[in-house]
Amino acid sequence: MAAAEDVKLLRETFAEKVLESVEFRDEQTLLVTLEALHPVLAHCRNELGYAMLLDISSVDFLGEEPRFEVVYELATVDDAKRLRVKAKVAEDAPVASAVDLWGGADWHEREVWDMMGIGFAGHPNLKRILMWEGYPYFPLRKDFPLAGRPTELPDVAFTGVAPLEGGPFVACAGAPNAVLREPRSQAID
Amino acid sequence: MLSPTTTLETAYDSKIESNVIVTRVDAAMNWVRKNSLWPMPMGLACCAIELMATASARFDISRFGMEVMRFSPRQADVLVVSGTVTYKMALAVKRIWDQMPEPKWCVAMGACASSGGMYRSYAVLQGIDQLIPVDVYISGCPPRPEALIAGLMRLQEKVDTEHALMDQKRSMLAGSA
Repeated sequence: MAAAEDVKLLRETFAEKVLESVEFRDEQTLLVTLEALHPVLAHCRNELGYAMLLDISSVDFLGEEPRFEVVYELATVDDAKRLRVKAKVAEDAPVASAVDLWGGADWHEREVWDMMGIGFAGHPNLKRILMWEGYPYFPLRKDFPLAGRPTELPDVAFTGVAPLEGGPFVACAGAPNAVLREPRSQAID
Repeated sequence: MLSPTTTLETAYDSKIESNVIVTRVDAAMNWVRKNSLWPMPMGLACCAIELMATASARFDISRFGMEVMRFSPRQADVLVVSGTVTYKMALAVKRIWDQMPEPKWCVAMGACASSGGMYRSYAVLQGIDQLIPVDVYISGCPPRPEALIAGLMRLQEKVDTEHALMDQKRSMLAGSA
């Protein structure tokens, strides 16, 4: 059974809780409500054979409401089909943890918490994974400057501001010629 | 009692005289130190691969007496910071440095250890010299083993110019005065 048929089954099972489904170059993406996220994932895991969680990531749409989006990449063990499940998350709204479905979700969810500050309800050990405990910011949020902010946690770690010298240097995709596509300093406030 | 006709055969002993060298203690100590610099490999990123290549057969830093990589800071002379120093790792590197006994030297190997390199970012320390004193900076991303050897030879030259014993004598005199 292909992933496209799974999407059809999921739409029938969860009806209006599935907000949107997109097919792009044979990739199936499903946008569901936050309340339905865990039931949908459980259904994928237990009924449709998606025994493998490849990744959990998150996107920051600064200025939109709700602000964040969590993205789950699912696959069958033989990699015959793949499915992407997404849900919009407002700031400070917890997401139901998927650790009870896939043990591998543990570190992925800790990374999302560490970098983006999205909390997971029911996670057994939700603490920072890359930065240290006590670091006050979530560095992959759009409103966090690339150069960083100074912090100090005595005997643990400190951070400073990196000199960007007019940067960051960003390529302009879609510019009409090669000169304009060159990476140039782009002021980001 | 020696008879007047007996010649003293011990006046010149070639076995002893030809093995005596006259030098300053400083020069002798510097000579010893610079030819047995034991590195503490602080391998943090891809520079560490080049450091390993430098130690292996083709480049072979044992030619300079530096092949004794010490994984205990207490037995090391040179801290070779080879790689990207993140803020999370920075205080650990500092701690290793603090545990090394004097005299000690530090080599910042590659762009990241020298200046943060291409990582203009919230997570990376912008040069290990913000935390510990650096004797030699080696450019490159990562530097080839030849560059590392050139850097270590510059360090040897630097060690050769030090006045370890004279400095010690001066500080002792200053302390007693």
